Amino acid sequence: MNKDEYKKLVSRLTPKEMKSKNAIVAFLVGGLIGVLTELVIIILMECFGLSRVDACSWACLIVIFIASLFTALGFFDNWVTKAKAGLILPTTGFAHSVMSSALDYKRDGFITGIGANFFKLAGSVILYGIVSAFFFAILGVVLYG
Amino acid sequence: MASIKFNNVYIKDSFTVAGPLESEGQIRKFDLSMDDYYYGEKTFIDAEIKMQKIVIDNLLYRNKMGKKIDLILGGDLSNQITITNFAVKNFSIPFLGIYSACATFAESLIIASNFIENGTIKNAIAITSSHNLNAERQFRFPIEYGAPKASTTTFTATGAVGAIVTNEKSNVKIESATIGTIQDYEQKDATHMGAVMSPAAASVLMDHLNDLKRNIDYYDVVVTGDLGRIGMDILKEFLKINYGVKIKNYMDAGCEIFLKSQEVYSGSSGPVTLPLVLFNKVLNNKKYKKILIIATGSLHSKDTTNQKKTIPSIAHAVSLEVLS
Repeated sequence: MNKDEYKKLVSRLTPKEMKSKNAIVAFLVGGLIGVLTELVIIILMECFGLSRVDACSWACLIVIFIASLFTALGFFDNWVTKAKAGLILPTTGFAHSVMSSALDYKRDGFITGIGANFFKLAGSVILYGIVSAFFFAILGVVLYG
Repeated sequence: MASIKFNNVYIKDSFTVAGPLESEGQIRKFDLSMDDYYYGEKTFIDAEIKMQKIVIDNLLYRNKMGKKIDLILGGDLSNQITITNFAVKNFSIPFLGIYSACATFAESLIIASNFIENGTIKNAIAITSSHNLNAERQFRFPIEYGAPKASTTTFTATGAVGAIVTNEKSNVKIESATIGTIQDYEQKDATHMGAVMSPAAASVLMDHLNDLKRNIDYYDVVVTGDLGRIGMDILKEFLKINYGVKIKNYMDAGCEIFLKSQEVYSGSSGPVTLPLVLFNKVLNNKKYKKILIIATGSLHSKDTTNQKKTIPSIAHAVSLEVLS
């Protein structure tokens, strides 16, 4: 059996991932996070008299804090596993990724451990977020002046 | 020739420390079970070192072999096999650290058997361990990240197993062994190790049967290391198509540890998987007199898979005979 035949044999015997089911779960959970955050924004606006811009920043901070706290308490990873990309794509995922990396490396020292590995997973988000923001900003200036 | 026959090598005793999830799986009786992954230590690395120390301590104590062990051989999955190095430093016994990923235990049995057969040494300890969370951190994502996994993924078992290999006659004889060749069928998916390792298992099995002029039915059971549920099917199909061999009395250790309800995807993996099943299940079954174990190892690192290199694999076979 040559290598290509073997690859065919492997793909024949490997069960297919249920991508559509995972996508629906992610859509519902991710959407739920959005709805809950919107609720927080409304509460902040109504009860604390914040402007919408301020309320959005506060709501974002609250979500990040809750996700980090749940990660540190040790049960958020089980939720992430079940919710597929639903908890990874919103800002909860960003908080969770830095917090889980920090926990992993807390014994390796502040500089060589936590410092060097804090953005192990989130580094890509920051880098490519900044790069794409730069290009979209140029595109925005070119198109709309 | 890669196959060696032994006339005078036996396994005297073994000791197992099993992880918390493993102890609630299919095999519930182990020498020791861990209640949690820290095992009373501050880090998972220290926990795994402690597991190996406890195994060696108990083997020495139970068999009153304090000064009689001539050599310890072993390894684990950690970078530079530090776990085994740190565990064995507490005993002033000569040590050979070895690595062939999840085939490490079979490799240490083969090397120990050779020394004993030649009369160079009389008693040796073969040891290996793996810890799910150490493996997760090294090969996959941070422990608390909990990234969703493909159904082909195997779950690294937690545990440590050691065995005394000796020239003193006992119930279990190491009869022969075959050293495997590295196979690379251009698989690149580190989450599908069954597909990576099946060709290595098939190749060493055929070498073994051809060298010793045996038929597959000679063995009461063939136990592969950690191919998992999907890997098992791939191996069976590969043997049938490529070599025309139909394997009947076949068991994969990766499918024998956890229950399906424990959500471990395709089954168990890790160097400890095969010895855990061998010493706590296969050898306890009176039906099996002639046993062939094939430990399979995937020889990749995180860097090689990130650089999209293909994953080579190795397997070693050891034939055991239960006397009396």
